[in-house]
Amino acid sequence: MITQALTLTLRLAVVVSVILLAIGLPLAYWLAFSRQRWKFFVEAVVSLPIVLPPTVLGFYVLVAIGPLSPVGRWYQALTGHSLAFTFEGLVVGSVFYSLPFAVQPMAASFSSVDRKLLDASALLGASAWRTFWRIVLPLGLPGVVTGFVLSFAHTLGEFGVVLMIGGNIPGATQTVSILIYDQVQALDYAAANRTALLLLALCFALLTILYGLRRRSAWNVWGWK
Amino acid sequence: MLDDDLGVRLQKRFPRNGDSAFTLDVGFDVSAGFTILFGASGAGKTTLLDCVAGLQTPDDGSIAIGGTVLFDAQSRRNVPPNRRSVGYLLQSLALFPHMTAEQNIQYGLAALKNSEREARCREVLESFRIAALAQRRPGEISGGERQRVALARALVTRPRVLLLDEPLNALDAVTKARIVDDLRAWNNRHQIPILYVTHDREEVFTFADAVIVLESGRVVAQGLPHDVLSRPQSETVAQLAGFENIFECSAIGLHAEQGTMTCRINGSALQIEVPLTRVDPSQPLHVGIRAGDILLASVAPQGLSARNVLYGSINCLEQRDMTVIAKVDCGVEFEVHLTPGARQSLHLETGSKVWLVVKTYSCHVLQDRDRFSSD
Repeated sequence: MITQALTLTLRLAVVVSVILLAIGLPLAYWLAFSRQRWKFFVEAVVSLPIVLPPTVLGFYVLVAIGPLSPVGRWYQALTGHSLAFTFEGLVVGSVFYSLPFAVQPMAASFSSVDRKLLDASALLGASAWRTFWRIVLPLGLPGVVTGFVLSFAHTLGEFGVVLMIGGNIPGATQTVSILIYDQVQALDYAAANRTALLLLALCFALLTILYGLRRRSAWNVWGWK
Repeated sequence: MLDDDLGVRLQKRFPRNGDSAFTLDVGFDVSAGFTILFGASGAGKTTLLDCVAGLQTPDDGSIAIGGTVLFDAQSRRNVPPNRRSVGYLLQSLALFPHMTAEQNIQYGLAALKNSEREARCREVLESFRIAALAQRRPGEISGGERQRVALARALVTRPRVLLLDEPLNALDAVTKARIVDDLRAWNNRHQIPILYVTHDREEVFTFADAVIVLESGRVVAQGLPHDVLSRPQSETVAQLAGFENIFECSAIGLHAEQGTMTCRINGSALQIEVPLTRVDPSQPLHVGIRAGDILLASVAPQGLSARNVLYGSINCLEQRDMTVIAKVDCGVEFEVHLTPGARQSLHLETGSKVWLVVKTYSCHVLQDRDRFSSD
């Protein structure tokens, strides 16, 4: 049972953090460099999941993917089943839930890149696309890795959104954190203890590796700092 | 305007809070060679370069290299910086810290074939004597070397114009001179207009082919360095040309037959004879005198052709390197430069009574900016 839940959780975390990498890079670039007036609005929306109770977020996502919403109906027409209480539904909810954890470190490290370097790149004939891949991304890499790892770790440990959207179906939507809740409900404290310890160790190991990486001098792309 | 000259006519307004609005309003052409853009900080030099490079957009006017229009307000043409073929060395150099010198230099050559790219890179590495640094990163080389890498990176793309924003400021004189020599040698072969911003007047004398003087967003003088500096017509140029003494005066008598006029230095009763100049007698004018052009005598001099002999006493004496700087009070304070030997033989001390001797033609009448621009 625990293996099944663990596999599911890891698979969810991998899929979500990869999707967030793809969404997060352009979004963070836009947040870091755009001069649009309504940027603050997008910033607020992106940060919302940090303060919102997971149940609120989970509830709205559940309504949005349910048969009553256009999105839900469209998905059902396309695939023949609803997104609710499926792995795909969990992915959608988790992407929203972990969005700030991916985007914020990326945007912060992009905006710390010296604007003069971007000017210099343009003056040497480079397009904005080339400037991103050759200058912004390499110099902002620590933030990108941080965003990736944090969104992975955050998805590993999420509970409320999963419970709201996915319910508690072993093999389909029962993640490790739900399993712990299940075991406690069943008064099986020994099992809950083992599962909780596993999740604790996993998250701790991830963060240790992340911060250890950032300390190493090879990580220091500036060379002189 | 020749085929590859840089032509700039532009206006850019900076509305600031309240009274200190600033407008950049300039027009000039730059030919192949070193043109120095001189002005105090805040005169608009960097803004001007940013507009030429496309990093800032003027409100009005046009910018062109030869027949290629880079910016034109009327036809709403504004070529983005990456398509302008303008080399621009920013004050901070902006070398890419995560790339080696060679990678920095090759950055602008992405469109070329490998063999061509390497050949060009080799050539410029040799021109600027940095082949040995090719594999080092900017953080691992000295300031002068970074300078050379940045120059090489800008020039390897064969820009049609090169802009330099006080890049050599932080360097010692010898390092600076060597880099300028290499840049000159490079430009002897390539012949592009180089617009070089500085507020260091030494640099103007060392290597300018032409000078443009900027004062509060306007061009107040331009031309060959000799022409601009020998007959300065504004205060900024006068400072540039090394006029330590600049006085506001009123013309009180014109002597057309003698080719002179008499001026009273405002705020004193002191009168000096200056060359006759077409001036409006009702307006104050400025007279500039180089400290090194003033003679000092410890007894009343006689039988001189010089028209101005002023009596005063020494307020203070200070030696800087091999120059003794004397501040002499003659009703207004004059700065006079003399050698340590002269100081000794005249037994000069603070409080000594002296006579200052100034030739009429050492007094330069500086015109006001408004007067100059309406001429």
